[in-house]
Amino acid sequence: MQEIKNYTMNFGPQHPAAHGVLRLVLEMDGETIVRADPHVGLLHRATEKLAESKPFNQSIGYMDRLDYVSMMCSEHAYVRAIENLLGVEVPDRAQWIRTMFDEITRILNHLMWLGSNALDLGAMAVFLYAFREREELMDCYEAVSGARMHATYYRPGGVYRDLPEQMPKYAESKWHKGKDLERLNEWRGGSMLDFLDAFTQDFPRRVDEYETLLTNNRIWKQRTVDIGVVPPEQALAWGMSGPMLRGSGIEWDLRKKQPYAKYAEVDFDIPVGVKGDCYDRYLVRVEEMRQSNRIIKQCVDWLRKNPGPVMVRNFKVAPPSRVEMKDDMEALIHHFKLFTEGYSVPAGETYAAVEAPKGEFGIYLVSDGANKPFRLKCRAPSFVHLSSMDAIVRGHMLPDVVAMIGTYDVVFGEVDR
Amino acid sequence: MSEAKSQFAQKLEALLGQKLATLSEERGETTIEVLPENWLAAAALLRDDAGLHFEQLVDLCGVDYLSWGDAEWDTTDVSSEGFSRGVEGAGPGRFSWANRPHPAHIPHRFGVVVHLLSLKYNRRLRVRAHCADDELPVLPSLVGLWPSADWFEREAFDLFGIVFEGHPDLRRILTDYGFVGHPFRKDFPLIGNVEVRYDPEKQRVVYEPVTSVEPRVLVPRTIRDDSRYEQADAERKAGGAK
Repeated sequence: MQEIKNYTMNFGPQHPAAHGVLRLVLEMDGETIVRADPHVGLLHRATEKLAESKPFNQSIGYMDRLDYVSMMCSEHAYVRAIENLLGVEVPDRAQWIRTMFDEITRILNHLMWLGSNALDLGAMAVFLYAFREREELMDCYEAVSGARMHATYYRPGGVYRDLPEQMPKYAESKWHKGKDLERLNEWRGGSMLDFLDAFTQDFPRRVDEYETLLTNNRIWKQRTVDIGVVPPEQALAWGMSGPMLRGSGIEWDLRKKQPYAKYAEVDFDIPVGVKGDCYDRYLVRVEEMRQSNRIIKQCVDWLRKNPGPVMVRNFKVAPPSRVEMKDDMEALIHHFKLFTEGYSVPAGETYAAVEAPKGEFGIYLVSDGANKPFRLKCRAPSFVHLSSMDAIVRGHMLPDVVAMIGTYDVVFGEVDR
Repeated sequence: MSEAKSQFAQKLEALLGQKLATLSEERGETTIEVLPENWLAAAALLRDDAGLHFEQLVDLCGVDYLSWGDAEWDTTDVSSEGFSRGVEGAGPGRFSWANRPHPAHIPHRFGVVVHLLSLKYNRRLRVRAHCADDELPVLPSLVGLWPSADWFEREAFDLFGIVFEGHPDLRRILTDYGFVGHPFRKDFPLIGNVEVRYDPEKQRVVYEPVTSVEPRVLVPRTIRDDSRYEQADAERKAGGAK
């Protein structure tokens, strides 16, 4: 009789379902996984070390590039850590703007996840649907910061500037004209808040569309139901957070349990799963999009009614306005010192966490009193989740590994940092 | 510290007893320090005690305390020529591999910091230990208590060279295969030690010492005492004592 041996297989780093640069070394017994060994670090940029050589504000942009599909949430954790150490109070309006943009980011992230995960498992159309809405939300990023992805919009002490009075419109071009142009510009007559208002009215209907494509889809259910079951005890032991933890039926959400920004004042629910399989996590994330939509709506209503400052008036931390600099010597000096040297942060350490779309994103910041961080550690949810890969996929079939990588919602920008 | 200790702090003191080296509560965050020989025992107590119940290890990271509090730009003394020159520092990022500083022995240079979370009591705790030996920093591994420590410890080993005794699979995780050195140590240059390029003659990728970039940092590291922080600190302490 011929002897059958286990064999080793490389999955990635050049594989479309590896979501970037995951090299997964799989030991296979036929089509069953015996051992999975993820090799990460192919995208390692030493963000934490780079931050040690730069003034605090110059590293905000690096945070966008960690988890590059939930940009502002990572910024939020970083600026919150600095604010903790400085003892700066952020104006209300800035807090509401942050809450709103955190939720916009959550929808952006979940849409990306939904589209790419469905694509991994063979459903092409969802990807196209998801990117239609992503486009609209990225326009909001652009309207507020000038950048569609790497916004650097949150700053210690508030946000860079107030929301625009006028939502930018599409201009007529070879690609956008006639009825198409009218449709694209339909919501863009007023301010950005008007645009978001119209978006929140429309978005639940669009989530229904995704659900008609997937929720009762036989193939989708065959690929996800009872696949990658994470029991609650295991989820806790492996340090999981976010939808991975809630999918396993544990009601834990930092927005509720340790509220930051204005989450204590908005009304929303936390969806939880029952079985902890890929399908439950899908349902949790879809419901989270609906809840995020609710939060955005509440933020829009508040922001419409309450104008005010969006940045602290503390020139040691935030720059003075151009107008003030023209005739105030102090303001000019502050501006110069802030942009050449930055600000010194009192010695101490802090850990600031936010509920990023993927789970708990935390920043551990150690300062020795200098104008640069002494040590910055980014606690990335994807990194923690991916570390449980081996324990969870053992005994599964090869195609289930693809479903599992998808359901982890890993982004290598933050795994490798 | 003069302010009254919270109930949580008292509970920690009662539970850990002699194992607890220091305890501090600042900005609503509790930090405890333990000696390396008590690391594992203290961690087990924190996890298993019914009144604390830290079931999640949220984060584990290494910290290199070399050059703590060093500023590159002395602005306290003014000579006849003015302040010292900020560009002359040798802080992080300002040296190459060949010119890297060889620090004098400073005791307990490497620390490991763990962030624990109790979902049951909705509470966080930071635990720190300093490795006894700087030449070969060693600490017992926490993988047996929290599986999530696995990759975090591999990361701390990779970046700082801290060895975790009892770790089942202590390999490098983030750096390249065959990498030499521990890049997040303060005496490791920001520009790295080797660079890679494709060599058309050899028809393969070759590793060479870094020559294509210069060590360059635009802003000197400065430390300024700001009286407002002291005032804010004093006010907070006064407020906390009420």
